[in-house]
This record gives sequence, C-alpha cells and structure tokens, in this order.
Amino acid sequence: MDDPFVIAGVELGSRLILGTGGAPSLQVVDETLAASGTAMCTVAMRRVDAGTSGSILEVLDRHGVRVLPNTAGCRTAREAVRTAQLAREALETDWVKLEVVADERTLLPDPVELLDAAAELVGLGFTVLPYTNDDPVLARRLQQVGCAAVMPLGSPIGTGLGIRNPDNIELIVSEARVPVILDAGIGTASDAALALELGCDGVLLASAVTRAQHPARMAEAMAAAVHAGRLARRAGRIPRRHHAQASSPTEGMAVL
Amino acid sequence: MTVDVNGSPRNVPPGCTLDALIAAVAGSLRGSAAAVDGEVVPRGEWEHFPLADGQQVEIITAVQGG
Repeated sequence: MDDPFVIAGVELGSRLILGTGGAPSLQVVDETLAASGTAMCTVAMRRVDAGTSGSILEVLDRHGVRVLPNTAGCRTAREAVRTAQLAREALETDWVKLEVVADERTLLPDPVELLDAAAELVGLGFTVLPYTNDDPVLARRLQQVGCAAVMPLGSPIGTGLGIRNPDNIELIVSEARVPVILDAGIGTASDAALALELGCDGVLLASAVTRAQHPARMAEAMAAAVHAGRLARRAGRIPRRHHAQASSPTEGMAVL
Repeated sequence: MTVDVNGSPRNVPPGCTLDALIAAVAGSLRGSAAAVDGEVVPRGEWEHFPLADGQQVEIITAVQGG
C-alpha cells in the first residue's frame, strides 16, 4: 500500500475504525463489519453475564478484525487504569482506547483524569489511544506523555452533529507527531469525509452506523467516504476564494 | 466458603483457585479477566491464586461498545 495507516508500528488495512456499541444484534455487527472493510473494532469491558448468548469476540475473530478494548463508563483515572488492565488480561492486547468522561450528561472527556490515566498506562506498557476533546493543547500534552494516537471528538458522543470545530481539528493535525483519529460525533458519510480532508488519519465511529436505518449500507458509505476524504486530502484541495475565477480561457474569444 | 462474584454471593469449595471460578462463571478462560478486592490478577497467576472467604471478585469480558 502506498499510503499505509500505521499506529504504534502496526499497519491497519482501513482508516475506518468501528465501534460495536448500539448495534441491535451480533448479526448486524457481522453485516456491518463485512460492509465496512474495517480492520479494528472497539469493545467495552463489562461483568460476565451468564445470560449472554454468543460473543462479540467470535464475530471479530471471524472477520480477522483487531480488537480495541475501551474504558467506556470510567470517570476517574484509577477506574480507567484498572479497566485497561482487566482488558489486557482478558483480550491479551496492550492497546486501549482510553475514555475518561466527566459526566453522563455531556460524556465529554475529563482532561485532568484523562491525562493522568494516559501517563500511568503508558508507564505500564500500554499502547494508549485517548478519546479527547477537540483541544489542541490537551492533544499536545497527550502526545508528550507517550500516547500512540490522539482521538479528538468532532462533537459529543452519539449526537451525530459532525465536526463542530474544524479549525481546532486542523490545528491538532498540524501539530501531531502521532496519528489523529476523529472519534465521536460523526452523523453521516460527509462528516467522515471531512475528517480525512482536514488531515485526520482515520475515523472512529459507532452510532452513525449501528443506529442507522440500514447499518450495513451506512458502513459501506462510511468506508467510501473515508477513502474519498483521504484521496482528496492527498490531492490537495484548491484554496477558497471570495470571488469567481474562470476555468475557461479568457483569450481567443470569437468576436460575435 | 462464600465469595462475592460480580455483586452476588457465591459458594465455592475451600481452596478454590481463581481459574476455576472464572471457568465456572464465564464458561471459558478465554476473553475474561478478574480483579480480586479491586486488584487485577494477571492471567498467569490465576491457577495458583487461592480465594479466601469474603473476597470480592469481579469477572469481566468484552461486550459490544463504542
């Protein structure tokens, strides 16, 4: 591949990372994985429930998709570190999508707890992919403590509002020495394309696909959008102008 | 003896080790992990980790999540 997507030295075959939350069934997860061509999916860690039938891990295995455990629901650095440690023992991966949210109403990252948890997990040997605010300064600090990527939100989790502050996302991208993955807020395909056009290296989304009326079709749309957005970024878009500029020659007009 | 597993009391034989408890609760050791009294126990220690009466055990696995 002439444009590889690499995180922590591992090449992933797709710039689209899927969350599996919100899908009505494992069958739907299975269909969306097939349609998306994704190479990595997030899972959450929860108490074993004897009544659960089937396993998300079996579905991911079947598609050869890398599993990325998250620390969803954690509110403190301590909880998040413990959850990451459990995930490492359960899934035998030291990769973790680090989420430390401030409250249930906003689901916004708590920057203080997030940075503390990231530093501790890096020290414990984890490959840390933090879900963060669209704050260029926090993104810089997360890189400084050794995170393998930064994953700023486009808008709050589950809102589908797209990218509310594209200037900040561009700023984060311009300073980044690690991959930038737009995480949260994607509503439809054009949002995902915009993320890549702004220079993000990838997109992580869940609800936009799992809660779409036709999840597999939306997964396919997202894959196409990510591909198109990346191509457009590499192609170099024209600068925006305030006035018209003819594309046809102005010389050689016939006198009529 | 009795240990607390995921918030519910559970009778286990004396000398029960963590790997036996995880296998009994989760059905398999694969894809699961445990914390005892809030401390995560590394997978390699499970078979030699004796449980004691009254301990709190959390056994977790992967579920669908964003």
